[in-house]
Amino acid sequence: MSEYLPLVVLFILSTLVAAIAVALGHLFGPRRPTERKLQPYESGMTPFGPGTRRMPVRFYLVAVLFILFDIEVVFFIPWAVVYRKLGLFGFVEMLLFAGILEIAFVYAWKKGALEWE
Amino acid sequence: MWADRLAVLPVIVIGAWAVLLTVADLYIPEHRRRITAILAALGLIVGLVVNLFIQRHNPQTAYFGLAIADGFSSFLNVLFLLSGLLGIAVAHGYLQRQNIARSEYYSLLLFSISGMMLMGMAADLIIVFIALELLSIPLYVMAGFHRDRLDSEEAALKYFLLGAFAGGFVVYGIALIYGATGSTRIAAILSAVQSGSASPILLTVGAALILVGLGFKVAAVPFHMWTPDVYQGAPSSVTAFMAVGAKAAGFAALLRVFLLAFPTLSDKLVPLLWALAALTMIVGNIVAIVQSNIKRLLAYSSIAHAGYILMATVTLGQSRLMADAAAAALFYLLAYLLTNFGAWAVVIALEREEGKGLSIQDYAGLGKKYPALAAAMSVFMLSLIGVPPTVGFLGKFYLFRAVLEGGFVGLAVIGVLTSLVSAYYYLRVVVVMYMQEGEPVVNRDALLHWTAALSAIAVLALSLFATPLFQWATQATLYAAQ
Repeated sequence: MSEYLPLVVLFILSTLVAAIAVALGHLFGPRRPTERKLQPYESGMTPFGPGTRRMPVRFYLVAVLFILFDIEVVFFIPWAVVYRKLGLFGFVEMLLFAGILEIAFVYAWKKGALEWE
Repeated sequence: MWADRLAVLPVIVIGAWAVLLTVADLYIPEHRRRITAILAALGLIVGLVVNLFIQRHNPQTAYFGLAIADGFSSFLNVLFLLSGLLGIAVAHGYLQRQNIARSEYYSLLLFSISGMMLMGMAADLIIVFIALELLSIPLYVMAGFHRDRLDSEEAALKYFLLGAFAGGFVVYGIALIYGATGSTRIAAILSAVQSGSASPILLTVGAALILVGLGFKVAAVPFHMWTPDVYQGAPSSVTAFMAVGAKAAGFAALLRVFLLAFPTLSDKLVPLLWALAALTMIVGNIVAIVQSNIKRLLAYSSIAHAGYILMATVTLGQSRLMADAAAAALFYLLAYLLTNFGAWAVVIALEREEGKGLSIQDYAGLGKKYPALAAAMSVFMLSLIGVPPTVGFLGKFYLFRAVLEGGFVGLAVIGVLTSLVSAYYYLRVVVVMYMQEGEPVVNRDALLHWTAALSAIAVLALSLFATPLFQWATQATLYAAQ
């Protein structure tokens, strides 16, 4: 177990450094609050309404579809990098993967998930 | 390369069938929904045939030792495919009556079964985890299938959150074991454990964390808190399926990983497993007594049965007995599959819309008005208690025998005593059916009544032909134990 000692030291040190940095800022930092500074997004848009409003469920659908195609790219990029080394095997496997994803796409399309109204 | 694919062909067949069914269903008109159910059942039958043909006597590893096809996995494949077929049989009419007939149900069922089958074949802890997620995620969706009803939503969310939580435990355990042994392959873990090069503390903590994670899946006390709410809230057909399928898959992983990888840790793990089994039997059976809702009653009964199956794992480390105990667990799972689906078929036959017809009082008068259905329910209740001549009795007999041979008399005594306690609440259902007056309402659903009848016949008949079945289970585990 002794080889894990550096990890423990790192853990303690990083916690300490973070705690000291936050504590120093609290102790010595000047505090001159104005109304504008206290807003959640100081330089962004003015917030309106409570943060836990109801959201149209459609946004979640779009988010799920986004994941579908986002993950596709995550797998495509490393595959493209070593494409030549993988040869025909890699090509067929990727076709299979893309084919299954396309089926999910067709399913979403036919079920009307891509229509906003 | 092709040998690998052949070895895991049953999983590929079911997985591919599920994907194709999802697409095919888009082109099946709404009023022909029956076709989707038939296609799904056909896929399961194809899976059974494939499994029969490639069943082999020597274990064969595939994909660099990630998966293994042997008697153990073949036996479990049959179990999972059967539970899928019965799951479709009890679901078809029920979904229509409850106005939740969406054909994704069948695709999800098939996806879940492919995960369970992968679990039986897993020879690597990473595959165990992937299979766990593959079987659970469709179940989360299915638990919330009654999306208009709050209790179904609650069931889905609870199951999802606790399932994710349990998944975290499993992954943490796998990480610690990888840290201790340098591998996630079960064979490599075993050799590292035996050579003594692995840190025993890390190994024990890792094994215990995996036990916690799988304990959630099989609903062992104290990780059972989600079970009654989820089993009650989920649509009954889903509950019937997950009470058997998910539990069997959890035990598949538990038996494979613990009995194969950690036999030398027995002095640390056996007390844990002993306590877990005893607690699960005691709490499950005693809390079941006060239940008045039949779904909740069967939920606690399912917890109690997880306790009985857990008894098989205390033989860990006694190499001569482990195969026998694992075979007893497999046999028990098969007995539980038939009995449980039969009992749920009767429950679904009496369930009406808005969750009515689920109280035990709704069964009053069933014996007079529907004698066949009441007789079938009595058979299932007797089998759940473990009274001869039912298959449930033999399941308990083989399990208790293995436990006694292992020298765990205390545990066997707890098992017998809690079985006696369980007789009280199972027999109460029988008493209400036959000795109280009432006007029970039963749905007209031929498939459901056939399922109940055939299960009842199987529960009785298999008790007569139990020896060949048990031999089959023994063979299945002998090859796995080598």
